[in-house]
Parts: sequence; C-alpha cells; structure tokens
Amino acid sequence: MNQFIQTHLWLIPTLPLVGVILNGVPTAAGFKLPRWYVYLIGCGSVFLSFCMGLGVWWVLKSMGVHESAEASLAFVNTLWSWMSIGSLNVNLAFLADPLSCVMVLVVTGVGFLIHVYSTGYMREDKDYARFFTYMNLFCFMMLTLVLADNILLLFVGWEGVGLCSYLLISFWYEQTPNASAGMKAFVVNRIGDFGLMIGLLLLFWTLFKLGQPTLNFVELKGAVTSLQGVHVLGVSVITLICIFLFIGATGKSAQIPLYVWLPDAMAGPTPVSALIHAATMVTAGVYLIVRMNFLFSLSPVALAIIATVGAFTAILGAIIGFAQNDIKKVLAYSTVSQLGYMFLALGAGAFSAGIFHLVTHAFFKACLFLGSGSVILAMHHEQDIRYMGGLRKYMPVTFLTFFLSTIAISGIAPFSGFFSKDEILWQVFARGAENRWYIFLWALGLTGAAGTAFYMMRLVVMTFFGKLRVRDGLDGHHGHNGLGGKGGTPKEQPWNVTVPLVVLAALAVVGGFLNVPYIINSLFGGHSTGILNHWLSSVVPHEAVHEVHAIEWVLMVVSVLVALAFMAIGYRVYTQRLEWVRSFVAKYSKFYQAVLNKFYVDEIYDKVIVQSVLNFRLACAWFDTTVIDALVNLTGKFTIYYSVVVGWFDNLFVDGAVNGVAVATNKSGFNLKKIQSGKIQHYAYVIVVGVVVVMVVRILV
Amino acid sequence: MSITPFLLMSSILFLLGLYIVCTRTNAIGFLLGIELMLNAANVNFAAFAKFHGREIDGQIFAIFVIALAACESVIALAIVLSMYRQYRSIGTENAEGMKN
Repeated sequence: MNQFIQTHLWLIPTLPLVGVILNGVPTAAGFKLPRWYVYLIGCGSVFLSFCMGLGVWWVLKSMGVHESAEASLAFVNTLWSWMSIGSLNVNLAFLADPLSCVMVLVVTGVGFLIHVYSTGYMREDKDYARFFTYMNLFCFMMLTLVLADNILLLFVGWEGVGLCSYLLISFWYEQTPNASAGMKAFVVNRIGDFGLMIGLLLLFWTLFKLGQPTLNFVELKGAVTSLQGVHVLGVSVITLICIFLFIGATGKSAQIPLYVWLPDAMAGPTPVSALIHAATMVTAGVYLIVRMNFLFSLSPVALAIIATVGAFTAILGAIIGFAQNDIKKVLAYSTVSQLGYMFLALGAGAFSAGIFHLVTHAFFKACLFLGSGSVILAMHHEQDIRYMGGLRKYMPVTFLTFFLSTIAISGIAPFSGFFSKDEILWQVFARGAENRWYIFLWALGLTGAAGTAFYMMRLVVMTFFGKLRVRDGLDGHHGHNGLGGKGGTPKEQPWNVTVPLVVLAALAVVGGFLNVPYIINSLFGGHSTGILNHWLSSVVPHEAVHEVHAIEWVLMVVSVLVALAFMAIGYRVYTQRLEWVRSFVAKYSKFYQAVLNKFYVDEIYDKVIVQSVLNFRLACAWFDTTVIDALVNLTGKFTIYYSVVVGWFDNLFVDGAVNGVAVATNKSGFNLKKIQSGKIQHYAYVIVVGVVVVMVVRILV
Repeated sequence: MSITPFLLMSSILFLLGLYIVCTRTNAIGFLLGIELMLNAANVNFAAFAKFHGREIDGQIFAIFVIALAACESVIALAIVLSMYRQYRSIGTENAEGMKN
C-alpha cells in the first residue's frame, strides 16, 4: 500500500478535479443534475482525497518521523516534465513531506466538513451544481498549491485559488455588489501576485547567474546558501526576494496593505467564507513562507518586516472588528487579525508555531463562520447583530459550538487557541532577547489578544444572549424585514449543518494537544516538544528545548488572565452596562465613526490608486484618439496623394508609350498600304527593281 | 566574231520588252512586251549555244521556249478577254481590284 500511495500522490488533487468535470460539464451543457448526485460527487471527491491524505500521513510516519531530523522525509510523485527550456527544468510533480501532509489534511478534512455543511446551507439555492463545481475546483487548486514540488507549480495553484475565490465570492452575481466584491478580491490579489512573480523571477535569475538554476523546493534548500552575499541595487538579494514573496503573501493572506478585499469577500455564501477565507486560501501565504523557510531564515531584515506587518495587522483587524455590526464582517476582521498572528510567528522564526496556529485557526474559525451561517439561515438572511439576540434558547447546538470556538479563539486554556497563540507570543518574546523591537511586537500581540477576547464576546452576547430584537419594517424585502417578514421563531438547522459544527468545535477544543509545548510536557515528566513540532522538524529549523524559563510560565499565565478578563468585561458590558457603550460612542463619536468606516482605507485607496489608474486610462484613451488616430489618418492622406502622383505618371507615360506604339503601327501601316496600288505596271516595276538590287548585291559582296 | 554583240542585242531587246511591260496601259501591248522579252531570251540561248557548247542544245531550247510562249499567250489572251467582258475596255488601269 505504501508503494501505491507513493506513486499515486497525484490522485489527491485530481479527485476534486474529477468532481469538477462530473458536476460541471453537464451543468455547463444545460442539464439539471439531481441534488443527491451533485452532493455525492462534491463531498465524495474531497472525502476520498482526505482518505488519501491520511494514507500519506501513514506512509510518512512509517518512514520514520521519529528518527533524525535531517533525513529527507519526503517522497515525490513526478508526472511528467512540464517545461525544459535551456536550464529551466520544471516538472509536474507533487511533493509529500510533513508540511504538505499537514496542509493536505487541513484542506481536505475541513473542506469535507464544509462541503457537507454546504449541502444543508445551499438546500434552497437553485445553483447548487455550479456551487459544488466551484468548490471542488477550489480544492483542486489548493491541493496543487500545497503539494507542488516546485515554486512554479505552486504559483499555478496560487493563481487558481485566486480565480476560485473570485468565482465563489461573486456566486450570486445577479446583485452588483457581489460581483464588485469578487472583482475587488481578484484585483487586489493580483497586485500581490505581481510581487510574488518578481520574487520568483529574481530568485531564478540570481541562481541562474550563479550556475544553479532550479525552482524545485528540494534543490532550492541546498542552492540558496550560494545566494548569500549577492547584492542587487545595493540590497542583499535574499532580502529582496523575501520581501517580494511576502508581498505576494500579503495579497493572498490579507495583510496590510492588501487586506481590503477580505471583508468585502463576505458577500459570498457563508461556506465560501469558511473554507476559503478562513481555513485554506488565506493560509496559502503562510504556507509559502514556511515552505521557503530556509530562504527567509537567511534574512533577519525580511523576518523583522514580516513580524512587524503581522503584528500591526493583528492590531488593526482587532480594532476595526470592535465596531462592525455585520456578523460576518466581525469574523472577517478577526480572520485578518489571526492571520497577522501567524505572520508574527513566522517573522519571529517560529515556523512550526505559525503552522500550528494555522491548523487551530482553521478549526475554530471555520466553526465560527459555519455557526454564523447557521444563525443567518435561521434569521432568514438577517446579518446585522443589532437585530439578533437571545438565540441561545432557540439554537442551542449552534450556540454551544460557537461559544466553544470563541473561547478557543480568545486563547483560554486548555482549548486549542491557547496553545497556538501562547506559543507564538512566547516565541516572539524570546526573540526579543536578541532584538528589542520584538518586545514591542509582543506587546502589540498581547493587546490584540485582549481585543480578540473582547470583540468575540461582544459578538456572542449580541447574537445569542438577551432578547430577540427583530427589525421593524414592512418593505417585504427578504432580509430587510426581520425573519423574512414571516415572523415565527428562529429554529435550529438540520443535521448537515449542525454535525460539521459539532465536529469542528470538538477539534477546536482538543486540537491544542497536537502541539503541547515542552514546558507543559515537562510537568508530566515527558521530554518531547509537541507532536506537531516534532513532525515538522525535518522541514523547518527547530531548536531543541531542554530547559524551562520561569518567564515562560509568567507570560502564559498573564495571557490567559488577560483573555479571561476581557471576555468577562465584554460579557458584562454587553449584557448589563450597554449605556457605557452608548456614552463611549457619543463621547468619541469621530473616532467611532472612523473605526466603523474601517479608517476610510477603502476610500483612500479609491482616491489615490483607483482614480489614478482610471485617469491614466483616460489619458491613454485621449492619446489613442488624438495622436495615434491622427497619425493613422495622416498616413492615409499621404497614401492618397502618392497614389494621385503615381496615377498621373501611369496615365501620361505608360499609357502614352502603349498608345504610341499603336499609333505608330497604324500610321506606318496606312502608309505602307499605298504600295498596293492595284496597277500591274507598278508591280512589274517593283519586280525589276528587286532583281537589279539582288544582282548588284551579288556582284558587290 | 565574239559573242558580245549577240548578248548586247539580246539585252537591249530584253530591256525594251521590260520598258513596254512597265509603261503600256494597253493589255495587248503589255503582252507584246512579254513576247519581246521571251524572244530576247531565245536569242541569248542561241548565241551561247553557238559559241560555248553544241549548237543544237540552244536551238532546241529556243523551240521549247517558243512553244511555251504560245501556250502562255493563249492563257494571257483568255484573261484579257474576260477582262474586256468585265470592264468593256482593255486598259490595265481597270484591273485595280487588289488596291488597298
């Protein structure tokens, strides 16, 4: 079986592709497929990929993860040589190593649960076939991304998930705002992709100059050491490449300055938000950096930049999330914030901590999004939390899973978020010993954690506690008239919606035990450093930990206490002391408006960048009509004049010559005609003359 | 005596006949001129036969020529006759059908 899995690694991305074809081709041709068929193919293909992912894990485990860390713990499944141009040799090949195994399991596992959820969420939508086709297409692209064995194939998957994100965000494209949101996501993503492309090209070009041209990850690991000391335009080329790759990551993973697409992406269906914008696509940037960790580790400057951007994004997301009133927008900004934490971890060199947070975040954020979807369905597409409340009584399962995930995201022990977030904060603080700046970043991170606890509690209280505040209004519009104008009470959703919620919440609760840090293990007499750390040790640099610092305990306790405190504060404020909120809003109304309007970042981007581009377009259009068309018309005129001249020449000389020949022939003929007089004497006379001439010629010559 | 006077005489006769052919408008006169040229050629034959070669050859040839001349005159007169029927005159200026 090991052999089968090693040679059939390509099945993992291909099975969802088969699902796309089986679902998509008949739909595109106009057939109406039955629901059970679409659901079966859609969910089944991802489930089969998950099973294969488990098989990969089994194979890698039996190859010996517990042995030495430098063993090449991977196998490659090469399908064919994609490009072989000069010294560029790129294969269509898939690499299975511990890192990609983790990603595959997250993508297919969480993806499968979300597919099952979608069968419930989209049960009243008539476009279910298109939805599942796009979801499977996304899975195919994402799996290509994580399993790629070279950076170019990764880029293919990278672009593909951007496309699928666009297709799925603007799924209900009949409404213009949805279509615009999809376009915004794609365009902003593209800007990041441009940075990634430059980084990729710079990497290859420099390696080529040094005689080691390769884009393959396994080969790159050894090749990049030769890049040290090379400078381009005065800057170390390694730092440049890392910065450009990071720009690509900011686009895909919604960091400053390219995070603006993620809140707008909530216009898509909730399962899309859960899968793409919480669990998988936005983590592609994190995956890229961890995959290239050997390169990033060589450039402390780049790492510091990544950490800084991550920390500031974490804080910014938390601040904006405080004031949002749409349940999905709060979660969107929360995602931006948590991604900031992941990049903060990467910037501190704690690559496996970043991956750990990626995994736990996938669990609890997907659970939160799916829970919000359940709420939205029950409230008949009402999304404003000011018009919810008291849903705890009506939807107990949703409430419980949502609340458990909230505790997880706030970082309360022993839930999963605690282990991952605490690991990150500790690593950042520890890095502060070498570089004081990281202490500041740690403080930002801690503040962000406090904020996370507070605004998530706000969300839970406003949605699930208190009294149901249904919106008034009789415009009969679906969603504008609380509960669809039908009245009645919100109800719990069917099993396809609640079972994934339960599974994800359970994972959010226990998932932390995947990577219990050494310090806690040592309490129980163990000496290991966390299962996930150990698993990833052959891929990321790993420092063996053999001692416990007292300060680590202090920080751990501090972060838990801070999270608990702010959760309690949030609960108190929003259940009993709402007047504090109102007075705060009134006193700092300008600041509140700024936060509510996302610090006007979108408006600034619009004025500064978008308008400039559109003005440039107008300038180009003006140039085209005024200058280029004038040139073309001028050329036309010249051609006409020239043709007139040529025509005159043709008429006068050429025709003249031809006509002249005719006239000459005519005249000579006319004159020669006269010899024929008809008189016999003349003929006789001519005969005589002829004879004389012949004789004279004969005598003389 | 040498051959020269004979040749001289035959050439003068020939040229006279030629002159008549070129200038006469009367069709019969035209034929007379032709006869004259033929006879000049006969004299030439006889002279050459007498002075260079056997006499008899030239004389026989002359007789041939005379016979031929007779036949050809017949045909010529027939043509003149049909020309008279056509034009009611025998001036050669009438026969200008081949004019351009």
